[in-house]
Amino acid sequence: MLSREGTHGPVVHALNQTARDRGIHAGDRVVDAQAIHPDLHIEPADLRGDELLMQRLVHWARRWCPWTALDAGDGLVLDVTGAVHLFGGAEALLRDICQRFAMQGLSARVAMAPTRGAGRALARFGPALSRCGPGDVSIALAPLPVAALGLSADTARLLHRLGLKTIGDLAQVPRVSMMRRFANLAATDNPLILLDQALGRAAEPLNAPPDPQHFIARARLAEPVMDPTPYMAALSADLCHALAQAEQGARQLRLTIYRIDGESLSVSRATARASRDPAHLVRLFDDQLSGVDPGFGFDLITLEALRAEPLARVQSELDGKRNADADMAGLLDRLTARLGKERVSWPVSAQTHMPERVAGRVAALEHAPGDMVRPPRERPVRLLLPPEEVQVIYAVPDGPPSQFRWRRVVYKTARFQGPERIAPEWWRDRPGTRLRDYYKVEVADGRRFWVYREGLPDDRRGGTPRWFLHGLFA
Amino acid sequence: MECMPGDSSRNARKGLSLYLPEVKHAAANTPDHAPIEQAALTDLLPSRPFDPAATAFALTSLPRDREGPVLWVQDRGSRQENGQVYMPSITAFGPKRPVLQIMVNHPRDVLWAMEEGAACSALSAVIGEVYGAPKVLSFTATKRLALRSEASGVPVFMIRAGDPGGLSAARARWRVGSLPSEANPDNLQAPGAARWDAELFRARGRAPGRWVAAYERGTSRAPDGVRFLSRPHDGAVAEGDQPVSYNTG
Repeated sequence: MLSREGTHGPVVHALNQTARDRGIHAGDRVVDAQAIHPDLHIEPADLRGDELLMQRLVHWARRWCPWTALDAGDGLVLDVTGAVHLFGGAEALLRDICQRFAMQGLSARVAMAPTRGAGRALARFGPALSRCGPGDVSIALAPLPVAALGLSADTARLLHRLGLKTIGDLAQVPRVSMMRRFANLAATDNPLILLDQALGRAAEPLNAPPDPQHFIARARLAEPVMDPTPYMAALSADLCHALAQAEQGARQLRLTIYRIDGESLSVSRATARASRDPAHLVRLFDDQLSGVDPGFGFDLITLEALRAEPLARVQSELDGKRNADADMAGLLDRLTARLGKERVSWPVSAQTHMPERVAGRVAALEHAPGDMVRPPRERPVRLLLPPEEVQVIYAVPDGPPSQFRWRRVVYKTARFQGPERIAPEWWRDRPGTRLRDYYKVEVADGRRFWVYREGLPDDRRGGTPRWFLHGLFA
Repeated sequence: MECMPGDSSRNARKGLSLYLPEVKHAAANTPDHAPIEQAALTDLLPSRPFDPAATAFALTSLPRDREGPVLWVQDRGSRQENGQVYMPSITAFGPKRPVLQIMVNHPRDVLWAMEEGAACSALSAVIGEVYGAPKVLSFTATKRLALRSEASGVPVFMIRAGDPGGLSAARARWRVGSLPSEANPDNLQAPGAARWDAELFRARGRAPGRWVAAYERGTSRAPDGVRFLSRPHDGAVAEGDQPVSYNTG
């Protein structure tokens, strides 16, 4: 059973047949259902994911016909006019749809009717795989409940109270009284209008979303070539022309090189913001093309925009200045394309006291620069990762060692400041992790180190505490 | 009792006399608050190993009038030898700016990324770190960086730790090291505000010199920046000083 957040706590969003057999309905409160059936398994519904899946299914369903649209959030409408004979008749088409959905792991209720409203009603409330011809729409719809017309819950309840339980009942009421009674309802919730649409007396056009455009530029070569570089400029110009026509910019690109022996090689690149600058797109692939093994040569090169985003045409600045945002995005693209996503980063602050964990990094291509939180006390300007152990030569009971050796050089403490105690994070660190007492130590020649003692002599978490050097102060 | 450096510049200056008894302000060739010729390549050579004074010096020298992120490139050698730059504390030496951090392995990639950055006028500065004196860091490479930087107006700082002092086309070359810090006004046993020994040993259009540098937080009257003091006994004369007249009679 799936739950979603309702006005008064979670409510049942969807449920399987077993739960339905026990008498639970969608829209019930989860606590009520759980009180009656303690063995229910409940998962939160992913509403956004469902929505995205439905939008993809709308385009996937165009395998059967060119006009498809989303219906009421959880249904698809297909206008198969003129496409039925391609699948061997209506019966075969419906069976094919059921099978294809089953192959995707989805169960579908399918119905075919001359009008959109009738199809919706039959698919949701009629028998499985039901079909009706133009002549028997009213007969097929008559036994179905009024909610099958797509009315809101309030209107359906109102009709129930009036004793109009089925569509057949509704159709027998005189039109004039219906019109007068429901005049103040919107067209999408008006029983009379919806009934007219279902019976084909009023038009209900289908508004199909346009196909996502696929941007690709190809260079078919008459003779195999060894070096693809000279063709990149023309390919990129082609692609950018197509993108400019659609006012789009590429966010993700893929260059595929097909060798004549059937092998192919592809390189993908991403951009920090939508771009359709031919020179910039070519530069993203600069270093990749030299290392390609040509074999016996290439005969086809394609450059496609895997992901495009709207990018309006902009006028260049009148004062001749360059657009700083565009420059920055271009720099990010080039750096990331050559060095890799994880090497180019913005620093971010994490919610922790441990000095090495505070400074985090996020990939610059995908995130905006974050705000660094200023540390509560003075921190070194450079940090050694991991901290390096120092050998104590002269220990002092209170304070840092007065002489210590680090990287084979002996240092003498001149002045020091501290301690600053940083306790381990018990919710994250292993049990037995020792606390740290940090000291800022200035040695005789003026260098300032950040050293810490790990643990206390009598904390019973190990032997004598060791000393580490963690950072360098400027 | 502890105290953050720069809590009270008045007190800190008072304590200065403890360690440098004969310090005078504004000696004759002191570069005042704009120490480095903007929009050019500047070399910063740490005078000792494991000394981050050059890092802080680069941070204090970032241009105040440019907007935009700073590009910071490090190779593996400088990360291992001198540690990573600790981003939370870089605001201690200058204004808050986003830092685009790049960590690569080879100095070749450092130079490439710095060249890309130096050509991008959306950045406010480029800071690169190369450890040792690798072959790729030749005079030609530095010349390319200097030319790009001058064309785009983005200042470029090159921190060359572990470099014996090879050829460079940098417009200004500094050797920077830590000095014993100023006295801490609250605790004599504790280090105070940082001071650096800054030596300008090669510069275009300016006499070389050597100063004691310290970072000073801005007040309502003066912006924050590096304060340069002449070293003791260097023979420099302060600007306002008049020679004593002997023929008084």
